[in-house]
Amino acid sequence: MSPVMYNLLNVVLILVCVVFGAALLTWLERRLLGIWQDRYGPNRVGPFGTLQIVADMIKLLMKQDWVPPFADRLIFIVAPAFAMFVVVAAFAVIPMAPGVGVVDLNIGLLFFLAMTSLGVYAVMFGAYASDNKYAMLGGLRAAAQMVSYEVFMGLSLMGVVMLAGTFNLRELVLAQADGWFIGPQIVGFFIFFMAGIAESHRTPFDLPEAEHELTAGFHTEYSGMKFAMFFIGEYVSVLMSAAMITVLFFGGWLGPAWFPPLGWFLLKTMALVLLMILIRGSLPRPRYDQLMSFGWKFMLPLALVNLLITGALILI
Amino acid sequence: MKQKTGLGQYIYIVWDYFYSNIVTLVKVASHTFTKADTVEYPEQMPYLAPRFRGRIVLTRDPTGEERCVACNLCASACPTDCISLQKTEDESGRWSAEYFRINFSRCVFCGMCEEACPTYAIQLTQDFELAEYERQNMVYEKQHLLIDGPGKHPDYNFYELSGKAVSGRAKGAGTQEAEPVNLKSLLP
Repeated sequence: MSPVMYNLLNVVLILVCVVFGAALLTWLERRLLGIWQDRYGPNRVGPFGTLQIVADMIKLLMKQDWVPPFADRLIFIVAPAFAMFVVVAAFAVIPMAPGVGVVDLNIGLLFFLAMTSLGVYAVMFGAYASDNKYAMLGGLRAAAQMVSYEVFMGLSLMGVVMLAGTFNLRELVLAQADGWFIGPQIVGFFIFFMAGIAESHRTPFDLPEAEHELTAGFHTEYSGMKFAMFFIGEYVSVLMSAAMITVLFFGGWLGPAWFPPLGWFLLKTMALVLLMILIRGSLPRPRYDQLMSFGWKFMLPLALVNLLITGALILI
Repeated sequence: MKQKTGLGQYIYIVWDYFYSNIVTLVKVASHTFTKADTVEYPEQMPYLAPRFRGRIVLTRDPTGEERCVACNLCASACPTDCISLQKTEDESGRWSAEYFRINFSRCVFCGMCEEACPTYAIQLTQDFELAEYERQNMVYEKQHLLIDGPGKHPDYNFYELSGKAVSGRAKGAGTQEAEPVNLKSLLP
């Protein structure tokens, strides 16, 4: 197979698997939340309810594709596509196994951080273009939350970068051959995990779309496939956070040889996704000022102290 | 939250943030192994209490006659006015309903009609599967409401204990009636 064909196959397969996986995640999340709430969740359509995603897809495609007359039409349409685009683009740099991965950038980690930072624009565009008070409040919250959690998200990864001495994600994984970074960087892992949840604005950090206060937050005015784009975008970013944590802290595809490298990668990612769903199923949403003070007064100092200690230990 | 100052408060907040949240996570995760409370209804029928209030029926007395005497008490007790009926009287003196109509699209299954009924004629049953494709089919006429049996009170027969003369039978001749008292007699 020619290298071009191989790369093309890689790109298409990863794109399809990511989007399909995110769709399947909506089903998995509902099943798991159901189990943890002593009920079953969707179990009617297909085996174990897995075809529920097809049913949902049909429903969303059948819905009227409504753009409110008061909305800023162009930005309103671009925003969900943008939300989807940035998370899928960030997936491009994630190395899944030797030979599996879209692109091998020298600054992969920086590219990832840049793409997740752009994610806030999708939310702000959607909120601004909706011209709706709930969307406005949701957009304000999203902007403040994502910008402030971005700060220590980057800082928490610098410890890993210092230990491995590279921004290249493949080399970062290989640097963990004699010990995962979860050990020396447990604080960094914790901070990045929290920031990852906040970046994909899921419970307990789902204030931008807090159903109980803001109907649906920034995507209040969205329906049909546009809503689905935001929705799937959120699940792709959950997958992305989990995959990124796997790469940075859990040694990516490294593992005993009796299981294929890609299998190890998927297994670790899946375990982290389950943890995220468990957190969604159990923790309550904090008040908005609590969220911000938690970010700035606790997480940021913690990230800085972690950075300081890691740097000191490397120098010694 | 207890007010403390300085480092103590900081440590307390950290404790508060993390310890209780981790306990919550563990407790929620432990629900993986508890049985779901869900009753998967179409395959599995839910338990219905003996006094469950479902579809309304009109019952018959032990002799097979209609119990309803068309007194209209159920219709006047009905909070949603979903019962409508017309009284008629046959040659023997028994009252019965000429038509008896319940609009189940308005009925709230409160059971007031059953409580108001002096002859145990109208009763609520365990059946709650009343869905219809056409709204008009929710209106039940007398022939739809009448059942063959006596329902909840198998031995009750209004005309055997009410003291009303019907079918040429005199007052007090029913099996559960006493002879009428002669008010003008001085005998004990």
